[in-house]
Amino acid sequence: MKRASKYQVDEHGFYGRFGGSYIPEMLYPHIEELQQKYIEISESESFKKEFNKLLKDYVGRPSPLFFAERLSNKYACQIYLKREDLNHTGAHKVNNTIGQILLAKALNKKRIIAETGAGQHGVATATVCALMGLECVVYMGEKDVARQAPNVNRMRMLGARVEAVRSGSKTLKDATNEAIRDWINHPDSYYLIGSVVGPAPYPDMVARFQAVISEEIKWQLEEKIGRHHPDYVIACVGGGSNAAGAFYHFVDQEETQLIAVEAGGEGVHSGKTAATTALGTIGILHGSKSLMMQTADGQVVEPHSISAGLDYPGIGPFHAHLYDTGRAEFHAVTDQEALEAALELTKLEGIIPALETAHAFAVLKKKAFLPKDVIVINVSGRGDKDLASYIPYIQNQEHE
Amino acid sequence: MNRLKQLFREKSADKDLLNIYFTAGFPALDQTVEIMEALQKAGADIIELGIPFSDPLADGPTIQQSSERALSNGMSLDVLFEQLKNMRTRVQIPIIMMGYLNPIMQYGLTRFLEQAKQVGIDGFIFPDVPMSEFEKEWKEPLEALDLTFSFLVTPQTTPSRVRQLDALTSGFLYAVSSSSTTGGSSTQQQEKQVSDYLRTLKSLKLKNPILAGFGIRSQADYHRINSEVDGAIIGSAFIKHLDEYGATEEHITQFVHSLKAPLV
Ligand SMILES: Cc1ncc(COP(=O)(O)O)c(C=O)c1O
Repeated sequence: MKRASKYQVDEHGFYGRFGGSYIPEMLYPHIEELQQKYIEISESESFKKEFNKLLKDYVGRPSPLFFAERLSNKYACQIYLKREDLNHTGAHKVNNTIGQILLAKALNKKRIIAETGAGQHGVATATVCALMGLECVVYMGEKDVARQAPNVNRMRMLGARVEAVRSGSKTLKDATNEAIRDWINHPDSYYLIGSVVGPAPYPDMVARFQAVISEEIKWQLEEKIGRHHPDYVIACVGGGSNAAGAFYHFVDQEETQLIAVEAGGEGVHSGKTAATTALGTIGILHGSKSLMMQTADGQVVEPHSISAGLDYPGIGPFHAHLYDTGRAEFHAVTDQEALEAALELTKLEGIIPALETAHAFAVLKKKAFLPKDVIVINVSGRGDKDLASYIPYIQNQEHE
Repeated sequence: MNRLKQLFREKSADKDLLNIYFTAGFPALDQTVEIMEALQKAGADIIELGIPFSDPLADGPTIQQSSERALSNGMSLDVLFEQLKNMRTRVQIPIIMMGYLNPIMQYGLTRFLEQAKQVGIDGFIFPDVPMSEFEKEWKEPLEALDLTFSFLVTPQTTPSRVRQLDALTSGFLYAVSSSSTTGGSSTQQQEKQVSDYLRTLKSLKLKNPILAGFGIRSQADYHRINSEVDGAIIGSAFIKHLDEYGATEEHITQFVHSLKAPLV
């Protein structure tokens, strides 16, 4: 495997000092099989043909790049929205699940395991499993099962078994642990991970499947304004898959500034946060070395975010490396700021974003841009699933 | 001389070995050495002391819960080393530490190994340390301090990889009896598969003795495993016993004796 970029993965599965594969021997054959085959399979002509066909006819790609005029006027710059929310199932997650389900099929796997936070990845996995006629088990923290009920029902209707996880913080971190344990106990299953996290080769594999986002941004910008790269790309980061996809083809284009937005929760120093780069240190979580929130004793700290999809104590190794090298700028946005940004986008552009996505928009208030700046914000998902959080917020606003 | 190496040097081929795992800090914070002493008295041959971690990927529900409890009881590496300070005046059998890499990384590997040596630990099991990293960072200091390191092998580990892992291992090789997290159960058919697997492993004529673990719970399991390899490792079953009956000398003795009692 040749490395095209100093920001991309090396032949040992590392991004600078992050990444690798720190797994018990029980997982070694599973991971080794993927490591040996994922590039060969996903780069084959037949795979690419099937992948592109499904992205087009089933997911509805390319997703539009929309010039947000009223938002641009308000912030005095040129804002384009990459509409991943318009994908089938309502988020960017499906780009990855289409890719991985084809990989699972090529490897002849019949049972699919996934973890989910907001439920978007769970829905996207249950969807492709229904499409391919494969058994699907989704692990979801008990806390997330409660706060993302619409997605739980969608997964069930799609035929997936949703396992509520009661260990640890009962959110995404623990759902991921359980999914990995299931994989240890079911060696014939395929683990369809939902973000650019986990042991190598997952971070690179997921980034490649999500890279279609920035690939499209390039030609869409060219078509619209005759430029093939923007001044800024902004995306929210839970594990980092939508951001990895939106950054992918721009990482070596140093004129494009990359802005990653993490969940600040109730405030970076409130003790209730998921702002990994602000508070994190290097450690090992879910089989790879990256930045994570932990105690001095090396125990993983329970994160907090109003958004289930960002409620994760780490970030993928690609992003840790972008942070380490200064290639990307990281911001933390609080629950409150995200809610405000969601309402603003809804009012100005008629787009209700996912709570995760709303974090990316809140950066518009935190950073000054120039009128000539071309900014692409990745609208990673739509907000239907978050109405239970939005409605009380809006009602409160009306009372004030 | 390293106690673990000595144990295997002096062990006759037909002697059974019992290695018992428990999580430090479970069920109560300050019973660590007490439990070790009771295990030794009852006839355990090796103790595997678990360092609790918030995200123990290789462990099933029993050990997960014991780790959660240990952490909420306040266990940490600092507390543990403090508890173990004079341990060797009371416990003479080999002690190995088992855990996950992250807490060690934060503590500092060199400092960790030196502390462990100082309190009288004999070796380690860290299932998430990759071979490449072991060779780069662990091998030399372990040799310098005469401490052992056991890699895991499973029924899915290819013979050539088993040999690589065996070459890096010292003390004993840890055979995971079936590809699973800790604490699983097994059917009769699986028992036969385990025996076949262990026989195949032995036929490779490895340099290290072999201890088998994962899903071993009963007196029958204990004897069956010992008839195939050098010893058996029991964890979840002991944790359950501690949880149910408490960490009293009487109940620990009863647990060990019931396992070791000859089959009639
Ligand atoms: C809409 C949406 N955006 C973003 C995320 C965060 O994940 P990632 O950082 O992998 O893009 C999620 C996760 O559930 C999501 O549903």
